[in-house]
Amino acid sequence: MSATFVPRAPGAADGIRASAPPDLAIAEPLPDIIPPRKARGRARRLVARHPGAVIGGVLLAVVLAMALLAPWIGTVDPTALSPTQRTRAPSALHWFGTDLLGRDIYSRVVYGARVSLVIGFSVAALASAAGLAIGLVSGMMRRADGIIMRIVDGVMSIPPILLAVALMALTRGSIGNVIVAITVAEIPRVTRLVRGVVLSLREQPYVDAAIVSGTRPSTVIWRHILPNSLAPMTVQATYICASAMIAEAILSFIGAGVPPSTPSWGNIMAEGRALWQVKFTIILFPAIFLSLTVLAVNLVGDGIRDALDARMAKDV
Amino acid sequence: MPLITRRTALAVTAAAAMPIGRPALAQSGARTLRFVPQSDLAALDPIWTTGYVVRNHGYMVFDTLYALDSAFRVRPQMAAGHEVTNDGRTCTITLRAGLRFHDGTPVLARDCVASIRRWAARDGFGQTLMAHTDELSALDDRRLRFMLKAPFPLLTQALGKLSSPVPFMMPERLATTDVNQQIREAVGSGPFRFLPNEWRQGASAAYARFDAYLPRDEKPDGMAGGKHVNVPRVEWRTIADPSTAMSALRTGEVDWLETTTPDLLPLASGQKGVTVSTLDPLGTYMLLRFNSLLPPFDDVAVRRAVLRAVNQEDYLAAMAGDAAYYRECKAFFPCGTPLSTGAGGEVMDGRLDAAREMLKASSYDGRKVVVIASADQPLLAPVGEVTADLLRKLGMQVDLVTTDWGTLLARRASQKPVAEGGWNIFHTFAVAPEFMSPASHLGLRGTGRAGWAGWFSDPTMEALRTDWFAAEDDAAERRIAAAMEREAFAQAPYVPLGQVRQPTVYRDVVRGIFPASAPLFWNLDK
Amino acid sequence: MLGIIVRRLVATIPVMAVVALCVFSLLYFAPGDPVTIIAGDQASPADVARIRATLGLDRPFLVRLGDWTWRILQGDLGTSIFTNIPVTELIAQRVQPTLSLMLVTLAFAIAIAVPLGVAAAATAGSVVDRSVMALAVLGFSVPVFVVGYVLAHVFAVELGWLPVQGYTPIERGLGPWFANLILPASTLGFVYVALIARVTRAAMLDVLAQDYVRTARAKGLAPRAVLFLHALKNAAVPIVTVIGMGIALLIGGAVVTETVFAIPGLGRLTVDAILRRDYPVIQGVVLLFSAVYVLMNLAIDLLYTLLDPRIRY
Repeated sequence: MSATFVPRAPGAADGIRASAPPDLAIAEPLPDIIPPRKARGRARRLVARHPGAVIGGVLLAVVLAMALLAPWIGTVDPTALSPTQRTRAPSALHWFGTDLLGRDIYSRVVYGARVSLVIGFSVAALASAAGLAIGLVSGMMRRADGIIMRIVDGVMSIPPILLAVALMALTRGSIGNVIVAITVAEIPRVTRLVRGVVLSLREQPYVDAAIVSGTRPSTVIWRHILPNSLAPMTVQATYICASAMIAEAILSFIGAGVPPSTPSWGNIMAEGRALWQVKFTIILFPAIFLSLTVLAVNLVGDGIRDALDARMAKDV
Repeated sequence: MPLITRRTALAVTAAAAMPIGRPALAQSGARTLRFVPQSDLAALDPIWTTGYVVRNHGYMVFDTLYALDSAFRVRPQMAAGHEVTNDGRTCTITLRAGLRFHDGTPVLARDCVASIRRWAARDGFGQTLMAHTDELSALDDRRLRFMLKAPFPLLTQALGKLSSPVPFMMPERLATTDVNQQIREAVGSGPFRFLPNEWRQGASAAYARFDAYLPRDEKPDGMAGGKHVNVPRVEWRTIADPSTAMSALRTGEVDWLETTTPDLLPLASGQKGVTVSTLDPLGTYMLLRFNSLLPPFDDVAVRRAVLRAVNQEDYLAAMAGDAAYYRECKAFFPCGTPLSTGAGGEVMDGRLDAAREMLKASSYDGRKVVVIASADQPLLAPVGEVTADLLRKLGMQVDLVTTDWGTLLARRASQKPVAEGGWNIFHTFAVAPEFMSPASHLGLRGTGRAGWAGWFSDPTMEALRTDWFAAEDDAAERRIAAAMEREAFAQAPYVPLGQVRQPTVYRDVVRGIFPASAPLFWNLDK
Repeated sequence: MLGIIVRRLVATIPVMAVVALCVFSLLYFAPGDPVTIIAGDQASPADVARIRATLGLDRPFLVRLGDWTWRILQGDLGTSIFTNIPVTELIAQRVQPTLSLMLVTLAFAIAIAVPLGVAAAATAGSVVDRSVMALAVLGFSVPVFVVGYVLAHVFAVELGWLPVQGYTPIERGLGPWFANLILPASTLGFVYVALIARVTRAAMLDVLAQDYVRTARAKGLAPRAVLFLHALKNAAVPIVTVIGMGIALLIGGAVVTETVFAIPGLGRLTVDAILRRDYPVIQGVVLLFSAVYVLMNLAIDLLYTLLDPRIRY
């Protein structure tokens, strides 16, 4: 190994770590005259990836449309019971069949899109907002940093499942509780990312100069930190959105999810799971929709990542 | 905390040092019966807590003085017999000779006296018995005596009570434990010994044949008769996921599933070497309970409107799916039990339009009805929604509150108004024998705030119940029971929803499984 | 270095205190208590009150908190309300299955994901790359219990190669132990492979573009040597990071996997204890989880300094 090696600080991954090295560079050094393999690779990848993002965007738009237009696309009341018509196979009458209480699975899946999307987007938004706030405070106030990060560590280490069940017990099963429980678990991802950006920016001469020259912290945040955080945070938010939808399904699985009277992809699957070897369609349709939606959100996230700043957050 | 980590580290290191490929311990031998209980065995004291799994564990470890056969007649079990003297006011029970506890000590009358006292401190039937008793004492090692205030013909029936809490006989040193505190070890005189060192809560429990057990010299019949143990060892394996449990049975990893959902039966019935059957032919009795303290169900007219509107088929189909596993039962004593007459049941005609009229004529003012439901009890998970749907069709405003069972139980105990954490309707179930006699029937008490959740108040019902205890013969008992049912259909303390039979599934290597109200492990072979 | 470890360990104490207090309060104020579950239908309100008293659950918040803290300081986590077994013993019984599941999952995931990620990076833009990335996205998109059911059905029920469920302690032989873990670990590893493969690929792409890699190539080092000796080592920090963060993910996923495969691990213990309101058990398990979580973060930070000597604390 040659002594001339200057191993670079690891890239953007540190954004999500509490202990990002201070010299994390945001600005990419200018490319050499010989175009490095990476640049060519990236150009090709960008082109090659655009179809993915486009597909993802279209899929997501379809699911959104489905959620918005739920009452008008051939659905019946998703809560209407008919126990004597239960666990029917897909037919002309019930396109996806019926569930254990004889409810129309097609209608439940269509309406369930609303719940999954609401949960996905709310969690992404709330976790981003909270993570941003904590990350900023932690990154800007050196003294508080250690304490805040340890408390974040601690609170976040309470299993979200416990939180979900406790919230359900404190009030009742509801979408709001599911959102809160998942959000709390997702906050540290954003916190660490923002904090990493803040810490690295502080080392930049221009930011340092701004701070030293007495610019108000709010101005520093507004001018330098937010613009630099936005790209990785957006990307991160899409992944949080996707994983929140999966988490909803898992909470339903252990009985701490959205109450069964409101159809959600998670609780349709959870209710039908015992029967999957006999009536696999109950679990199949919501699973397909959930997977496609999560896939779409992920693809869109990848697209945003490539478009915004491939250096920043490619590995989150 | 470091303690745990260190201990674990040690355990793992020790484990890693074990030779590779060491054969499984001899204890999982071919004649071990591997049984999957309905849920995990989480406690050991069947008096302290009344869950069915703990009761079934009790039937392995403990024995009873009397037991009911399949026709619910009382038969002596640990008792050799009894003698009623002094105009029915003294009852002397003699124990069979040679009975021993698992710790080797002989079963003495004073053990039984202490056990009966502890059981009676918790059980409703037991409390009635003790209220009739002046003195309960051990005459000598093998004889115990009840001195009664008045003749109590149901004495042996109480001691043979077959569901929770069952009057199990324990050694005096355990039976003197306060009933509100759990006993520390499961030592009884039953046909199986509990192996405490092999108990892995959440995973498994193991029992070994008790070699000093003296079975009666009779054929087994229901819970009664001779308990001959042919399998040296029984393991209970907890498998929480019903689909996984069924797969494990199909691949032969376990021998017997206590219960499964009827929806999964196509998997079992299509397979060679697997038998589907039912343990308890009577099934589980389901009900919808009103809170009689709060409006709107403090008005009997509203309760009757709901009683009339209920279509049992909807509930039963939602719970059991396959019609082979449920039966409608418009009766307040479970259908198939001796006292069940269904007298007055014609009011449950399921006519929704007529029920709507009844509701309109009642005091119902459009307020929200709070239905509490739990998502984590397999049998009960769907019923909350069926009721919510029904009440809406009936013209009521409904708030369906879904929580876990623990939260539901706590909320159920609240007598406060709905706004302060009260409730209007919950659903529950009981195995048929628990509701087959006025002595142990929770839902037909009319004691108001002192009684069972729902706090139904009805002096007429209580008077009938008192008469029933004094009934002289079967005919009188049946006559009074019919009157109680008529009164119940008029007052609607709860709505019967029918009976659900839970299938049991086993591999054919297990021979001799017989119907009873609990899974029993004697007289069968593997 | 030692100073850092000590400082961080000391910093752990207030964290644990925060967790303990949060959990204690959460449980105290949540409705539902073990007594109503224990007592059942037969018990009168008076019985319920007496059971509550014998369990000490009728005492005021501060008294219970004080008592609990005092015991913890003495290393006593209390006794399970239902099973009467000390919490430390219950946890000790459950640690092995969960730890085994996690380790095998990690081993699986790393063994599969890192080469996949490296291969994808080395052939960026190719079919290999795209299929790896597609697989990775798919891995994120399927709920873990669906994966579990399908794997169990195919490999255990239909093919009969592996057991459907259960856990064999490692003392009973490495073979049976491993056989029981293959399906659950594959299930749980599914998401994990996706995560690690993505990160590995991204980090490798970053590193491969660096000057020193080009230098190494120019020197005539074999491409494989460049990939694994130079690039992978320098890409290790983000990979280690994501593996560490994924531990938290594993704890969550473990609950579901343990349920589907009937593994008596800590995940099931937690859920069962929560549903039964077995307070001492819940508190003990959560304390353990947070300790593991905090220590894991510490370990990762320390690993950084080993992997990249320029990182200092």
